[in-house]
This record gives sequence, C-alpha cells and structure tokens, in this order.
Amino acid sequence: MSEITERTPQAVSPAGGPSPGSAPSPLGRVLGVLARQREATVFIVAVVLLLYFGIKYNSTFVSQTNLSNLLSETAAPIIVIAIGEVFLLICGEIDLSAGFVFTFAPFLMHYLIDFYGWPAWPAIIVALLFGVVVGWFNGFLTVTMGLPSFITTLGTGFILLGLTLTTSHAYPANIPASTVGIGRWLGAGVWSQFIIAIILTVIFYLVLNRTRWGLYTIATGGNALGAREAGIKTGRIKYGNFMLTSTLGALVGLQTAWYTNTIDPSAGGYQPMFYAVTAAVIGGTAMLGGQGTIIGAFLGGIVLATLINGLNVAGISANPLDIVFGAAILLSMIANVRLARLRAAGRN
Amino acid sequence: MSAEPTPTPDPPAGPVTDAQGDVLRVEHISKRFGAVRALHDVNLHLGQGEVLGLLGDNGAGKSTLIKIICGFQPASSGKIFLEGQEVTFKSVDQARAAGIDCVYQDLALINELTVYHNMFLNRERTRWRLLANRSMKRTAKEQLDRIGVNIPSVDAEVAKLSGGQRQAIAVARAVTSNAKVLLLDEPLAAMGAKEGAMILELVKDLKQQGQVSIIMIMHNYGQALEVCDRINLLQHGEITFDKLVKDTSVQELNDIVIEEYRRALQERQQAS
Repeated sequence: MSEITERTPQAVSPAGGPSPGSAPSPLGRVLGVLARQREATVFIVAVVLLLYFGIKYNSTFVSQTNLSNLLSETAAPIIVIAIGEVFLLICGEIDLSAGFVFTFAPFLMHYLIDFYGWPAWPAIIVALLFGVVVGWFNGFLTVTMGLPSFITTLGTGFILLGLTLTTSHAYPANIPASTVGIGRWLGAGVWSQFIIAIILTVIFYLVLNRTRWGLYTIATGGNALGAREAGIKTGRIKYGNFMLTSTLGALVGLQTAWYTNTIDPSAGGYQPMFYAVTAAVIGGTAMLGGQGTIIGAFLGGIVLATLINGLNVAGISANPLDIVFGAAILLSMIANVRLARLRAAGRN
Repeated sequence: MSAEPTPTPDPPAGPVTDAQGDVLRVEHISKRFGAVRALHDVNLHLGQGEVLGLLGDNGAGKSTLIKIICGFQPASSGKIFLEGQEVTFKSVDQARAAGIDCVYQDLALINELTVYHNMFLNRERTRWRLLANRSMKRTAKEQLDRIGVNIPSVDAEVAKLSGGQRQAIAVARAVTSNAKVLLLDEPLAAMGAKEGAMILELVKDLKQQGQVSIIMIMHNYGQALEVCDRINLLQHGEITFDKLVKDTSVQELNDIVIEEYRRALQERQQAS
C-alpha cells in the first residue's frame, strides 16, 4: 500500500503548526504512517476484523460460501457504487439517487426484453445507458441549474422510485431467460461481482491517480475557481462524475438481480447508496472536497461487509449494527479531519 | 468624474515606446456588468520585453482588464492585438495557446495537488493517456531551478508551501508555459517584505532574460517604480496616466491619488 499516495512529509512550511520534534517513538511512527497514508487506518481495521471473525468462527466464516457471500453479494455492490461516490465527493458533490438507478435498471432491461422483444445485449446496454442519462440529468440540475446535489439527487431518487413502483406495480419480475448466460459472467457467478469490483477498483484507482480526469476532479473539488482559471472545465468534470456514479448504480442493479435471480422493486434504494458513502468516508474520503481514495473506499466496503456478514455468522443480532456503522462514520471522520491537520503541519 | 470625458481614439500621448515594438495592444476596450461600467474605452500597449505597472484604486477595473486580456471573460467592445494580429479569446485556453498567461490574485493553485501537478495543470504530459509524472516532475524541477525558485520538493503538496513560494510557483507555471505576455494580478499582495523581495527578484530576472513581457497590477508605488519600465494608472475604468518610470516619481503618483481622494471628499460634501 506504500505507493498509493506518494506523500513527502519533509516539506515543512514556516506556516505549519508546532511540530513535536525529538526521535519518534514506535507509537509516534505508527501515528506518522496513519497521518501520511489515508488508507492505513481502514486497512488495519479491515485486517483486524477479518482475522477476528476468521479465527473465532473459523469453519463457518472462512467457508467458500460465506466468503463469496461476504465479498460478492455484500461487499461488491457497496464498493462499486462507492467508486462513483468517491469521485463525486472529491469534486464536492454527492449522489443520493444511485440506489434508485440500481432499482430501476433491471426492470428496464426486463421491459425491453419481455414487453418489446429486444435481444439481451441491447437491453442490457440500454439499461446501463439509462444510468448515463440519469447522471446527465443530475449534472444538468446541479451544474447548469445550480441546485445543490443533495437536493437534486434526493428529487431524482424519488422520481426513479416512483417510476419503478408504477411500472412494475410493485411486483417482482423474473430474470429474462435470454440474459441468464450473460448474467452468470456479470453477476450470478459466485465470484463474478467481486472480480468485477476488483477490476473496477483498479481501473478507477488509475483514473483518479494517473489521468487528467482524476487530477481535474481533485482540482474541481479543491479549488473550483482556480481550476476554472487554469482552463479546466469544472462543470464537465461534475457532469462526468454524476454520469459515472449513476451508471455504476445501474450496473450494480443488474448484477444484484442476476445474483439473487429476481428483479425486486425493494432492492437498491437508499441502503446501498448510504453504505457506499459510508465506505467512502471510513476509507478516508473527506466530504470536504479535493480529497479521496478509491483503495480506501474498497477497504471501507470490505469492512462494512465483514461487519454485516460476521455478526450474522456469529449469530449476533443485526440490530446494533447501525450503531456500529454510525460510530464508525463519526470516528473515521474525526480521524480524517485530525490527521489532515497533522499532515498539514508536516509532522513525520 | 462629473463630466463624461470625450473618448480619445489614440492612446494617451506620452513618452511611450514606438508602436512597432509592441507585443500587445489593447484598443477601446469597454466592459459593462449590467448597469455598472467597469471599463471605458481603455487603450493600452505593451512593448517587447517591457514590464508595465498597472496601478489604480480598488474597483478601478484593473482585475477586469486583466481578465479580459487573458480570455477569462469577454469585453463588451474593443479589440486586442497580439504581435500585430487581432485576437479574440473565447477561453483561457485559447489565450494561453496564443501566448498570454495570467497569474491571478488567488493564484489558481490547487492545494491538494503537488507542485509539479500544479505547474502542469491543464497541460499535463501523458503517455498512453496516463500522466507522465516522472517526466513532469523532472521538467518542473529544471524549470524552477532555471528561473531561480527554491522549493524544498516538487513532490510537496502546494498547501504546505509559504505564500511567497506559492506565488513563485504560480509565476513559474505561467513563464514555463512559453507565455509571451504574462499578466500578474497583485503578485505582492499579502506578502511580507522578504517574500515580496523574492518575487520582485524573480520578475527582474525574467526581465533580464527578455523572453516575456509583463503587465503587473501593483499597489505599492515604491515597488512598482523599482521593477517596472512604465506605469499606467487606471481610474474609474479609464487609463488616465501613462509614463515611463524614469519620467515619474512616487511623489507624482501619490499626488494623483491624493487628488482623487480630495475630489471624492468634495463630491460627498456637495452631495450632503
């Protein structure tokens, strides 16, 4: 994990805060690593949780069925939506509607195939493109019309939910038979979702850290006016990231439909979206704009899924889970803010 | 400013450089923001290798003029000539491509990015669509060394640098983009004497190298006279003063400003 952010702490400005000098103690060194590597905290938490459940509930937790449940069914959807949310959070926006694109996309595929006689692939592609369109609309309302994205996506989320319930009469539908083969690769296969989540994580890690798009996303969130003065089209960046997030929402919706072998109007919604934002935040993405990490969101997704799955395996009631999540969000946010200050002070 | 002045078609007469040597000419630029007249029939020229100091009261239109020249916003009317060719810029990118670059008051630096990413912002080098970080890092370091800017590491996040270092990075970024005309919007604002001296030194070095012509917005007359070749004064959206530095003095500039205050005071008293 060491090459992730490539931060050099030696550049200390006179404006920096008081830096406690002296030789670093082991504890100080650990704090130093935590301060420099945004992802370090969540990495340690993920490892500790996996070890805890792995050792304590060895046979059940480490079984292939359980691990694939944990990683493919629970973690992967969180991770994939979180990737989009990280990009949006970095450029200072959020998408509350991604989970409702999740809900509607498989229905759209089902309508096109079963009511309009479309072949499988075009229907799948149009279902994904629907995500692009919703993202464009979110971008239009937020960037062009100037609404706060919290409100924009709250509105579009409700509209999408209503659209799903109206068109489906709130009844689940069967997976169109023609998509079952494709679905095995994209979602229904035991490891498909998790493998795709890993591939997307790697791709978007590169996009964020090694491409202009990523750089401009950070610039847009870090200093929007400055970015515009440098000639960066910040509006276009935001449009693009809204479109990315909605499309990932649509993808996860299709995958989940294949995995659960049903198209369910109660799937998706706010929960996967809020889990995704939670994963992003405990992974080290501050909602302050300009900062965020894809690897952190991936690990955050693993942490959430391990807790959800682990407590289940342990036979502990899932009721207190939300208390844990809430506390985790608050603690990691406090850590983010504090560590950011340490970083700013150039402490090593 | 009670009577509407008659617009003069030519730049104000004065001991100015000859038109042939001009890299930039701005003719009859006006800018309105709704009912507000920000600039009125501004004429300005900039000789090759010249450093022009643009002085004026707060709200006189200095930043507006700069932002028009560098393509950040359009003028309501008027023309801009770069090396004799008329140019119209629809964006900062176009102006930069033509060789006009601007360092804004807010520096347009991204705190969260490294020094070298900031220096290459919006003109990054890529290889197979991925950022060529190593190459950018090397070049940024070379360029900073060449113009004599001392930064602990080009890998550092800009947030960790001091005000003077940040200003220097912003200037270096503009210079190294092969700008022919460099616009500096109050490069010495909010800077201590030591840091300010570093920037003045940098401008002097650039002047000596002679590759770039500079328009600087300034407030401090002493500093302006030290580093500039010529001074233009912008008052209420019009250029009212154009003299070579050797033909003017801090005293004269001060007198003009004091006169302006006196008139403003009189107008207030008459109004009440």
